Amino acid sequence: MSTEPAGTPAIRPHAEQQFADELAELAGVDDRPRPPGWRLSPQAVVTYLLGDGGKITPKYVGPRRLMEVAVATLATDRALLLLGVPGTAKTWVSEHLAAAISGDSTLLVQGTAGTAEEAVRYGWNYARLLAEGPSSKAIVASPVMRAMETGAIARVEELTRMPSDVQDTLITILSEKTLPVPELASEVQAVKGFNVIATANDRDRGVNELSSALRRRFNTVVLPVPASADEEVDIVARRVAQLGRSLELPDVPPALDEIRRVVTVFRELRNGLTEDGRTKLKSPTGTLSTAEAISVVTNGWALAAHFGDGTLRPRDVAGGIVGAVIKDPGTDAVVWREYLETVVRERDGWTAFYRAARDA
Amino acid sequence: MPERFYGIRHHGPGSARAVVAALDEQRPDILLVEGPPEADTLVKWVADERLVPPVALLGYVADDPRQAAYWPFAVFSPEWQAIRWAADHGVPVRFFDLPYAYRLAVEDEPADRPERPADPIGELAAAAGYDDPERWWEDVVEHRGAPAFEAIGEAMAAIRAESAEDPADLVREAHMRGVLREVRKTHANPAVVCGAWHVPALTAKVTAAHDTALLKGRKKAKVTFTWVPWTYGRLASWQGYGAGVRSPGWYHHLFTTPDEVVTRWLVAAAGVLREEGVPTSSAHVIEAIRLAEALATLRGRPLAGLAELTEATRSVLCEGDELRVDLIGRQLVVSERLGSIPDDMPAVPLARDLAAQQRTLRLKPEALERALDLDLRRDLDLGRSRLLHRLRLLGVAWGEPADRAGGKGTFRESWRLRWVPEFAISLVEAGGYGTTVVTAATAKVAEQARAAESLAEVTPLVEACLLADLPDAYPAVLHALDTRAALDADVAHLMGAVPPLARTLRYGDVRGSDVAGLRTVTSGLVARICAGLPGAVTSLADEAAQPLRNHVDAVHAALAMLDDEPGAVAAQEPAQAERAPRSLRDRWLEALDGLAGSDRTHPLIAGRVTRLLYDGDRLDAAETRRRMGLVLTAGTPPSDAAQWVEGFLAGGGLLLVHDTALLSLVDEWLAGVAADSFTDVLPLLRRTFGTFAEPERRSIGERVRGGAVAASPAPIGLDHERAASVLPTLGILLGREIHHVSE
Repeated sequence: MSTEPAGTPAIRPHAEQQFADELAELAGVDDRPRPPGWRLSPQAVVTYLLGDGGKITPKYVGPRRLMEVAVATLATDRALLLLGVPGTAKTWVSEHLAAAISGDSTLLVQGTAGTAEEAVRYGWNYARLLAEGPSSKAIVASPVMRAMETGAIARVEELTRMPSDVQDTLITILSEKTLPVPELASEVQAVKGFNVIATANDRDRGVNELSSALRRRFNTVVLPVPASADEEVDIVARRVAQLGRSLELPDVPPALDEIRRVVTVFRELRNGLTEDGRTKLKSPTGTLSTAEAISVVTNGWALAAHFGDGTLRPRDVAGGIVGAVIKDPGTDAVVWREYLETVVRERDGWTAFYRAARDA
Repeated sequence: MPERFYGIRHHGPGSARAVVAALDEQRPDILLVEGPPEADTLVKWVADERLVPPVALLGYVADDPRQAAYWPFAVFSPEWQAIRWAADHGVPVRFFDLPYAYRLAVEDEPADRPERPADPIGELAAAAGYDDPERWWEDVVEHRGAPAFEAIGEAMAAIRAESAEDPADLVREAHMRGVLREVRKTHANPAVVCGAWHVPALTAKVTAAHDTALLKGRKKAKVTFTWVPWTYGRLASWQGYGAGVRSPGWYHHLFTTPDEVVTRWLVAAAGVLREEGVPTSSAHVIEAIRLAEALATLRGRPLAGLAELTEATRSVLCEGDELRVDLIGRQLVVSERLGSIPDDMPAVPLARDLAAQQRTLRLKPEALERALDLDLRRDLDLGRSRLLHRLRLLGVAWGEPADRAGGKGTFRESWRLRWVPEFAISLVEAGGYGTTVVTAATAKVAEQARAAESLAEVTPLVEACLLADLPDAYPAVLHALDTRAALDADVAHLMGAVPPLARTLRYGDVRGSDVAGLRTVTSGLVARICAGLPGAVTSLADEAAQPLRNHVDAVHAALAMLDDEPGAVAAQEPAQAERAPRSLRDRWLEALDGLAGSDRTHPLIAGRVTRLLYDGDRLDAAETRRRMGLVLTAGTPPSDAAQWVEGFLAGGGLLLVHDTALLSLVDEWLAGVAADSFTDVLPLLRRTFGTFAEPERRSIGERVRGGAVAASPAPIGLDHERAASVLPTLGILLGREIHHVSE
C-alpha cells in the first residue's frame, strides 16, 4: 500500500509513480480511441514502452513488434503470457503495461510453490466470518478479484511456479470473465478493462507446465535476450543510470567502456562463442542475464564511488563478474579460468581487467 | 504518348493484378518485358498449359554451361501475368533487356562496382514512415489495388535524381531505349513492363547516338536458353534480378485467394499444425484473427499483412514456440511448390545427355516404383548400373540399391527405380558440374573429395568411383585419401577406411574398373595402421575397446579378402622389392603379433588378436595354450582375464564345435584351473559362453562329454579324383572355367 509517510520515499517507486509525468504527458496528447477502461490508447501505450526519442524515455529496448503484439493482445481482451529466461525484462514489461493501461501496477499475485487458491480467488476474514457468518464483507478479495471489480490489469508473476490446480482457477476468470462465489451464491463479474498479464520462465527447474486449457486462454509473447551487444550496452547503461539516481549514488557517470566490457563478457559466456565468432567457449551454469549485468555495473559503481577514485575501473567490476559467473564452484570455476586464460588474456586493452579478475 | 510504362515490383502480386487490369484497358499492340531477348523464341511456350509456374528461364553459355543465369517467374509475377495476357490476346511479346550474351562478355568487372545505390522501394517507404519497404508497397499499391503506375514512375524519378547510378543499369537501359525506338517505328501502342526503377530512364529524352556509344564494342558469347521448372523454395533463397521474395507462399495466397485472405491463411496455418499433430482448434484460429486485426489497427494498416499474421500465428497458434513458427514458415510462407515444363521442351545439356543414355540403355523414367535386377556380366546391365550410380552421385536418386550389403561381390545388383519430377531440378543444379552425366559425376566426386574434411568422408567416394566407373575421379579421390590419412591421427578412422578400399581392390575387376594406384594408397594406409595400432590399444577404456575390436576384425577380414600378391607389388616397384616383399596381410599379422605379445595391450584386444593369429596359423596350439594359460592365472585381475576370454572366443561358438583343437585347448585349460580359482573364473566364462546360441552350447557340451576332444584331430585325407568331379558345376556357378591342377 502506498501509505508511506512523506519525506522518506520508497526505495523503489511503482512505475506509475516514477513515470507519472510521462503518463500524464501522453494522456494529454493522446487523441486516439481508447478501449473501455484504458487510460491510454494502444498506440500511446506502445509509445510509452518504447519511448518517442524525446520526453518519453524507452522502458523496453527490443523489437517493437513484441510490444505491439502485447498491447494488441490486451486490447482484444485476451490474456497475455510473457515467456522468457530470467532477466529478460518480463516483470518490467508487465509492470509498465499495467501502469500505462490501468494506472495501477500493484494488483500483483506472486506465483510460488506455496501459492494457494485464495491468492488468486478470495479468502475469508475468519474473525468476521465466525462473528457474522458468510457475507460479502467477510471476503478478503485477491488482487485478481479487485482488478475484476475495478476493471484494471491484474499481474501474475511466475505463473508456472504455482501448483497446477491453483493455475487452473484462472481458467474461469479468463474465459467467462467472472469469479463465482458459491458460498454467497453470487459472483463477481469483471468490468471492462480487466485483463491478466502473466509472466513465466519456461526453462527452469521445478516448473509446473500450464494445462492446455489454460494455455489456450493466453496469447504468448516470448521476450528474447538482447539481439546485439550495442542494444545490451544501451539497456545496461540506461538502467544503471536510473538505478544510480534512485540509489543516490555519488554522481560519477559509469564509463561506457566498462559497461561494454561487462556486457561482452556476459554475452560471450552466455552464447558460448566470442563476439568475433572465432572461439568456442564453455557456458557456465547461470543464465547471465542482462539484469545481472546491470547489477554488476551498479555494484561496481557503488564500489568506485565509495572506495575507489570515483571512476569505474576494471577492478570494480571484476569481483562482481566473477560472482555472477561462478554459480557452481566446481564446473563454473573451470569455465571462468579457461575463459580468462584463452580469451581475456590475449585481448588488447584488457590487461588490467585480466589481472583484477585473476586476483578476484 | 501512345506507349505506356508499367513500373512494377518484381514478383509483387499486387503489381501483377494491376498490370493485367491496365493491359485490359490499354489493349496494346506489342508488349515489351524486362528479360533476356535471347529468350524471345521461348515466349510461345507460355501459352502451353503444360508450362506451369514457378518456372525459370535458364540461360547458359553453350560451350560452358557452368556460366548460367536464371530468370524465375511465379504465377504472381507481373511479368508472367503480362506475358500470359499477351499470349491470350495474340499480342506479340519481346524481351528487351540487355542480351545475356552481352553481360557475360564483361568478365573483368571491377570488384568495387557500386551496387545499385539505393533500394528504391526502401527510400519511398522510409519517406512514408515505414520501417519495412515490403509493407509500404503492400499498403500503398497492392492492398489498395490502385494502378498507381504514374505516381510510382514519378517517385522513382525523384529518387534516381538523388542517387548515384550503377553503370550496369545505364547500359541495360540504353539497350532498352534502343529496342523501344525500333518498336515505335512499327507499332503505335506498345506497353512496357519493367522494374519500377527503370521507368524514369526509359521515359527520359536520350539521343540514339548516346545509347549506341554506350553499347559499342560489346562482345557476345554464344548462349542457349530454355525453360526449367522452379520451386518457391529457390525463389525465396535466391538473390538477384531486382528483389528475391522472402514469402512466395504468401504472395501466391494473396494472388490466388479471392476473398477472406486473412481467415483462409490462418485456417491453412492451423491445418499445417494439425498435420504435425499439434492440437489446434477453431477457437485458436478465431483468436489469431482477432489479434492480427488488432495489430493491424494498432499499426494503422488497412488489412492485416504477413507480419501481423505471422505474429498472431506465433502468439496464439504456436504459443510462442519458434519450432512451430518455422514449420509454418517452411510449409506455408515459403511453400515448396514445384513448376513443370512440357516434355518436348529443349532441355539443359545434362538432361539431354541423360535422355540419350536412357534411350541407349532402354531405361525409361517412370513415376511408379519398380524393381530392376541387373546382371553385371551383360554390357547393357553394367551400363545401367553405372548410370544409376552416377546419377546418385549427382543427387538424382532415381534408383535406390535394394540391398546394399549383398550386391558388391556378385554379378547381381537389385534396384528400386522411381522418377520424381524434382529430379529435373537436381539435373539443372548438377548441370554446373558438367554437360554429360559422366563428366558431371566425375567433377562432383572430385569436388567432394577436395572439400572432405575427414577420412570418413573420402572413403565412401572410393567405392562410389568404383561403382559408378569414374576412372578420371580416382586421382583426386586418392590424393584426398592420402592427405586425409596422413593428417588423421585416429587409428580407428584409418581402420574404418580399409574395408571399402579392400572391397574395391577385390571386386574392381568384376566390374572391369581400373584400380591401379589404389593398391599403393591402401598399403600406405595399412602401414600407418600398423604403426599406430600399438599406441591405440594401450591404456584403452573398456567402452573404447569394443569398437576398436570391431575395427580390428573388419580390417582383418578385409585384408584376408585381398589376393596376396607380394609378387605384383615387387614387380611394380623393383627397387623396393628387397624391403617390401611381404604382402599387406603379412605386415598386418606381424603388427598383430606385436600386440598379442605386449602386456600393455587391452585384454579384450589381446585376446582377439591371439585368436586371429591362431586362426591365421601364426601361433601354434602349444603357444596359444601357453598364452591363454598365462592370462588366466591368479596374477591377472579377473576382469582382465574375462575380457581376454571374451575377445578370444567372441563369435566363436560354432568354431568351438567344429575346431576340436581349439575346444581341447579350452577344455584342457578349464580342467587345469585349480578348484578354488574355478569359482572366480566361472562368472567370467558364463558371460562369454552366454552369448553363444543355445544349440551351439549344447553341441559343445555333447562334444566334451563324448570325449571327441581327447582324440587329436585326424589328418584330412583328400581324394582328388572325387573332389575334381564337382569342378564343372562349380565353374558354371562362378561363371568362369576352373582347371583342375593335379598334384
